[in-house]
Formats: sequence, C-alpha cells, structure tokens
Amino acid sequence: MALNDQVDQLPPKGIRPPIIGPGQTLGTATDRIAGIVLTKHTPIFWFAVVAVSVGIFGILNTAIAYLLGRGTGIWGINIPVGWGFAIVNFVWWIGIGHAGTLISAILLLFKQSWRTSINRFAEAMTIFAVMQAGLFPLVHTGRPWLAAYWLFPIPNTMGVWPQFRSPLIWDVFAVSTYFTVSFLFWGIGLIPDFATLRDSAKTLVVRRIYGMLAMGWRGSARHWNRYETAYMLLAGLATPLVLSVHSVVSLDFASSIVPGWHTTFFPPYFVAGAIFSGFAMVLILAIPFRALYGMQDYITLRHLQNCAKVMLATGMIVAYAYVLEMFMGWYSNDRYELAMVHNRLHGPYSGYYFMLVLCNIIIPQSLWFNKVRSSPLALFLVACVVQCGMWLERFVIVVMSLQRDFLPSSWGMYWFTKWDIATLLGTMGFFTLLFFLFIRFMPAISIFEIRTLLPQSKVKE
Amino acid sequence: MTAEPIYGLLAEFDNPTDLVHAAKAAYGAGYRKMDAYTPYPLEEAAEAIGVHHNRVPLITLVGAMLGMIGGYSLEYWVSAIAYPINAGGKPFHSWPSFIPVTFECAVLGAALAAVFGMMALNGLPQPYHPVFNAPNFTSASRDKFFLCIEAQDPNFSVVSTKQFLQNYRPQLVSEVPY
Repeated sequence: MALNDQVDQLPPKGIRPPIIGPGQTLGTATDRIAGIVLTKHTPIFWFAVVAVSVGIFGILNTAIAYLLGRGTGIWGINIPVGWGFAIVNFVWWIGIGHAGTLISAILLLFKQSWRTSINRFAEAMTIFAVMQAGLFPLVHTGRPWLAAYWLFPIPNTMGVWPQFRSPLIWDVFAVSTYFTVSFLFWGIGLIPDFATLRDSAKTLVVRRIYGMLAMGWRGSARHWNRYETAYMLLAGLATPLVLSVHSVVSLDFASSIVPGWHTTFFPPYFVAGAIFSGFAMVLILAIPFRALYGMQDYITLRHLQNCAKVMLATGMIVAYAYVLEMFMGWYSNDRYELAMVHNRLHGPYSGYYFMLVLCNIIIPQSLWFNKVRSSPLALFLVACVVQCGMWLERFVIVVMSLQRDFLPSSWGMYWFTKWDIATLLGTMGFFTLLFFLFIRFMPAISIFEIRTLLPQSKVKE
Repeated sequence: MTAEPIYGLLAEFDNPTDLVHAAKAAYGAGYRKMDAYTPYPLEEAAEAIGVHHNRVPLITLVGAMLGMIGGYSLEYWVSAIAYPINAGGKPFHSWPSFIPVTFECAVLGAALAAVFGMMALNGLPQPYHPVFNAPNFTSASRDKFFLCIEAQDPNFSVVSTKQFLQNYRPQLVSEVPY
C-alpha cells in the first residue's frame, strides 16, 4: 500500500495545492469516479479488506450472541463502574460521526468548495459510525428486544412511559434524529449520482438496479431548483442538529453530580472533541482510499491539509478543556473535585490519563508544520494517534469518575474483559466492512458536485 | 414531419452557456412549456426558463411546526396526564427539560418534510418519462445540456420550433417520441 505517493508534488511556497487536479473535464471526472463502481475488475485489495472485516464482523456477532446468552456480566462492568466500555465506545463512535455532517452541512453553508470531494464518503462514515454507536447502548441494556419500551415513547404493560426529564431519553431522540437526517442528506445527494451510474451502466441488470435507486431522476432544471432548496435547507437543519447531538451526549454526564462529570463546559468540550476525532477518521479513510484508487486528482493535498488544520484547531480546544478541567477542580475548592484531579494524576488509571495527554495534546502539535500537513503518511499516523487519544479521553471520563465517587467504601476498580475488547474490535470490522461495500457499490465522491467545481461548468456571459 | 404525436423537441448543447442562451431566447419567444436538463444544478438554466421560487421551504416549515408541536405534546401528555411521576420534586409540566426532545422532533419533521416534499413536488419516483426516449439523452447525466420545448406549448409547431432551436448552435435537435 503506497501511502506516500509520488503524485503528491507540493507546489512552490506560498501557493496552495488545487482543490481538483488539472486537465479534468465533465466527462473524465464522471468516468473516473463512476468507474470505481462500474468496473468489471474489482481490485484484489478490496476482496482482502472485505474478507478480513467479515472475519472481524464474525467476532462481533459471536460477542453479542454470547452477551445475549449470558448477560452483561461477561463484560467488566459492575458496581461502581456500570458504564464501562459500552458507553466509552458509544461516545467514541458517535463523535467520529460528527465530521461527516460538519463537512457536508456546515462547510456547505460557508461555501467551502473543497468540501465537495470528501463530503460523500464523510457522510457515509457518519452513518456507519452512528450505527456502531447505537449498537452499544442497545446491547448494554442486556435485553435489546425489550429496549423499545425503555428507549422509545411506548408504554410498558404497567402503562409507564420513558422519563422525558432524563438526558438519556434526550439522547435517544438526538441520536435517532441525527441518524435519520444524516441518512436523508446522504440519500438525496446520491440520487443524481445514481442517475449517472444508470446512464453509464453497460449491462441491463446494473442499469435496472441503479435506475430504481435513481427513481427516475433526469436532471430537469425544475427538479434541480427544488433539489438545491431542499439540500440547503437540510444543511441548515443539520448544522444546529450536529451541535446538539454531542451536547446532549455530554449532558448524560454533566447533569449528574458525579465529580468530574458535573461541569457546565461539557457540551462545547464534547462537540470539539467529536469534530477532532471525526476529522481524524476522515483522514484515516481518505488517505488509503485516494492512494488505493488513485484519486489524488480529486482528494488533493489541499483537502488533507485543510482536514489537518481543522484537527489542529479543535485539538487546541480539547487541550484547553483538559486544562480547564484541572483548573475547575482546583478553583471549586470542593474536596471531591480535588480528589478527582488527584485521582487523574496519581490514581490507578493515571497511565491512561498521561497517554491521553500525549495522544491528544502533544503529538497533534506536529500539525503546526507544513511538512507534516503535506505528508499523507504522517497525517495518517497522527490521525490514528488522535483516534486512540479520543478513545482514551472517553475512558478517562467514564471510568475514572465512576471508579471513585464520594465514599471511599464504595470505591472499586474496573477491569475490562476479552469480550469488551472483542465487541470494540468487532464494531471496527463492521464499520470497515460497511465502508468498503459502500465504495464498491456507490460513488464515493459526489460526481454532480465535482462537476460544479470544473471551469467548464460555469456559464460565460 | 411524423404523424405520431410527440412529446417535444429536444436540443442538445455541449456547454452551459449555449443552453442558457437558447433557453432565454425560447422564453423570450413566448415558449413556457419547456424544461432544461443539466448534469449538475445550474441556477442560470432554471432562471432562464422562468423557474424562480418553489414551495419546498413552506413544506419544510410546516414539517418543523408539526414535529415541534407533536414532540412537545407527547412529552406533556406522557409526563402530566398519562402517568405523572414526581421526579426530584419537579413539576409534572417541567417545560425546560422538554426542550431538547422538542428541538430534535422539529428538526426531524423539517428534514422529512424537506426531502419528501421535494420528491413529491418533483413527481419522483417516476419510472417512465418520454424524454428518456431521445437519442443521446444518457449524456444529460454526464456532460451534455438539453433544452426540451414540449408539444403541449401553444406556440409549438414541429417545423417552426425546430427552425427556432437550430439558430442557437445545438449539436442536435431531435423529436422526442412518447
């Protein structure tokens, strides 16, 4: 896998790399992107990745089947740490999803045309990540087949409804709305591209399948007019939505009285962390994708550099939040908050905390250097480190606060089990599987939006 | 001239400038039943054939209102009427804690209304449309630009409309059969 390509020539100092490679026309851009889907020759690496991820997906199924048979006791959760890996992974996955909506909605409203090459697969990433996230609270209930009564407003046999004053129920609404809106956004973006695939298909079966998915789209100016309105409205709706989702997730913690959770700055801190890890995931997916499929003309160094800059900015906000956490512990002069700070630095899990500082604060500082921002390999590695760091952050928040609350007599340790690891690993396999199926069967780059970037697409007066 | 009724005349252009030029001229010549087909959203083409506003924003607003009212009413009814529970001494109608779900329901209603409203107004899904019968129309989703003047237009005549379209440098003008 050639991650660091010769194709990536840096332009002279002071000139930024282009958003789209030179010499592209409407026809070549269409053929190039549609070609990944319509080709008869599926690359070998695709089969290799899918085979491995199907195997890991099997581990996930085994872990969940065993969980349903034996109960959540197979995980390391107990009193006092009842949340453990399930909630750590839930928050981690849902955070990863955030970059997709940020790229597709917020950057669209700000007319950042560089978003166009990466929005489609970032949206797919969002949907697949939210799917993994949703799995954890569901299986954490132990009996997911009854979860509908606990999560959705359906009364049980006693006529009792979910508690709408609880952030946990807000979370159900936030995450399910987020999934639905992301899916709609992704879906309507795909319609014109399915029409392109229908019209470029060489066999009848392929033409029929994409024809049905395209729903008769014909590119009429009247249709485009309504389509663009709906697209912009969805972007406007998704913008406050994406900010609300991780804010609501953070309220699961912040509205409790547990030391280390009971703080008002959790919502912005969580949103910044979500975007930080989300952009890291965009880089983890984009860098191999462009190298393996030779898409350097569409996902250029400019995209990678911009993602790195967003990571740097949000990483600094996250670093500020870590400092503020410590400061607030001291400033509150509350013995339990001070004990929480002490526990972070000197407690049994302090190693996790220092690893978190290394991964999330120190190593991302390398992104200040243009050399790092312009090297796909270096960016890939930094993004992987950040992903680990963001997972550790959630571990620190969930486990280290629950582990030692107000009464030393109720303190305890949390030891995760092999089933915790298997479930986390399994969701990574499931995510990779979904993502590779997506790039094989759907256009991973938005073809119709790429066309609008080309000079020949503009009307000359 | 064919005896069979036709859907309209379709002119093919290889760049957006020619399409917009022809569409403006057709609108100026009094044609109204027409449509442009482009591989990407081209605001100028919609403007040229006289499409300015649409009802998607209104439908979205209605969806948002329904979601908002529905979400809040559900919370109120569940918490204050169907099964009132004293949680932490809060009033049964504790409206501040009902806001997040109300907001999410409003966004959900608006998004569903925007997408399905847009689809309904566009008449999609539509398995069959005569314009797909035209030669080379598959390029409309690739790199070609089309202007179709429909036979329903009162000014339409196969001969004179064809001559009219020929003036605007089309690559091809073809009759679209039903």
